[in-house]
Amino acid sequence: MPQVTLSVNGKSHTVEVEGRTLLVELLREKLGLTGTHVGCDTSQCGACVVHVNGASVKSCTMLALQADGAQVTTIEGLAKPDGTLHPMQEMFREHHALQCGFCTPGMVMSAIDLVNAHPEGLTEEQIRHGLEGNLCRCTGYHNIVKAIAAAWPLMHGRQMAAE
Amino acid sequence: MYDFEYVKPKALAEAASILAGDGEAKALAGGMTFIPVLKQRLNKPSRVVDLAALGLAGIKVSGETVEIGAMTTHAAVASSAEVKRAIPALAGLAANIGDEAVRHRGTIGGSLANNDPSACYPSAALALGATIVTNKRSIAADDYFQGMFTTALEQGEVITKVIFPVPAKAAYMKFANPASRYAMVGVFVAKGPQGVRVAVTGAGQEGVFRHKAMEAALAKTWSADALAGVATPAEGLNSDIHASAEYRAHLIGVMAKRAVAAAG
Repeated sequence: MPQVTLSVNGKSHTVEVEGRTLLVELLREKLGLTGTHVGCDTSQCGACVVHVNGASVKSCTMLALQADGAQVTTIEGLAKPDGTLHPMQEMFREHHALQCGFCTPGMVMSAIDLVNAHPEGLTEEQIRHGLEGNLCRCTGYHNIVKAIAAAWPLMHGRQMAAE
Repeated sequence: MYDFEYVKPKALAEAASILAGDGEAKALAGGMTFIPVLKQRLNKPSRVVDLAALGLAGIKVSGETVEIGAMTTHAAVASSAEVKRAIPALAGLAANIGDEAVRHRGTIGGSLANNDPSACYPSAALALGATIVTNKRSIAADDYFQGMFTTALEQGEVITKVIFPVPAKAAYMKFANPASRYAMVGVFVAKGPQGVRVAVTGAGQEGVFRHKAMEAALAKTWSADALAGVATPAEGLNSDIHASAEYRAHLIGVMAKRAVAAAG
């Protein structure tokens, strides 16, 4: 059986997989990292978003073997070892940006990539557009958008420039 | 998904020879369409040949052309300062394919090789008069697209890059399906070294096509008003749960006018 070697949340793993094994199956079933969810399984809902080499990716639509040699970050890799939450997680809590929580891991991972990709600042419209690939069926996005806007200055260590 | 043997060749010649020698082998680019196809068991390849290690990603802009490697992601095209400067319509098209996460994986070569009738890139290639370069030859866009999910590519032929001539004016307007973000109708207009060209995606039963009547009208006068009297017949257009052929015909006119206005 083929092997894949990758780093997940800073820890190196070598795992036997099938050709058809998806990255999300490797994470959930082989490594026990069940924070990454499978929602639609058709690359639309975004519950399975993780970072591969820093970029948001739908892990239900990537083969595990395609991630050979990659650095993968999942929702479990965000908080510090002492339990201090990532600023994005903290702002999701602060702004009540989740209700049932199913979409939350993917939302948080997409949101972090979005904030990282826009050091110049983010408008509300850009945030809403940036969440196109993540579906939430209970909170209705509004508080999620607020949480992301609030996380931007925490992640960049400064306030957004006045428009 | 049926299981398969996954291979990731380090050289283009090796990838091409595997694909040429095994009719059941399939090439994998970004996988944003192919992996869903595999999940639905619509395809049962013996081998999946990952093209990611062949060095086919990259963007090269000269004064007259924009060359994009086949494995360049939509995100890379969308964020390239050079593409934005040379052909802003192309960067804008890439920026509106799927969603962020999809754009991080999906590639221009994969999109053109698949030739989905609702994909965005085929309209850019056809309207800009691009050249599709493979491991064997160079193919003009006019000869490349041969109907829904059908291209001039032969068994064992792999796209390596796409060369776009820089146009004087160009714009792309898409009426996106609100759920899938695929084009219900997308119109790419360009005025370039090959004259005025208008390509329509998302609408035709045979995939992307050129709208010759609009091209003739715009060649006379480049303005949205010049399209006012140009008819788009509904025959040959798709009818599905999202839109009737008549509605798509109407949308083609609307999107084309908006595109010409945006191109300036």
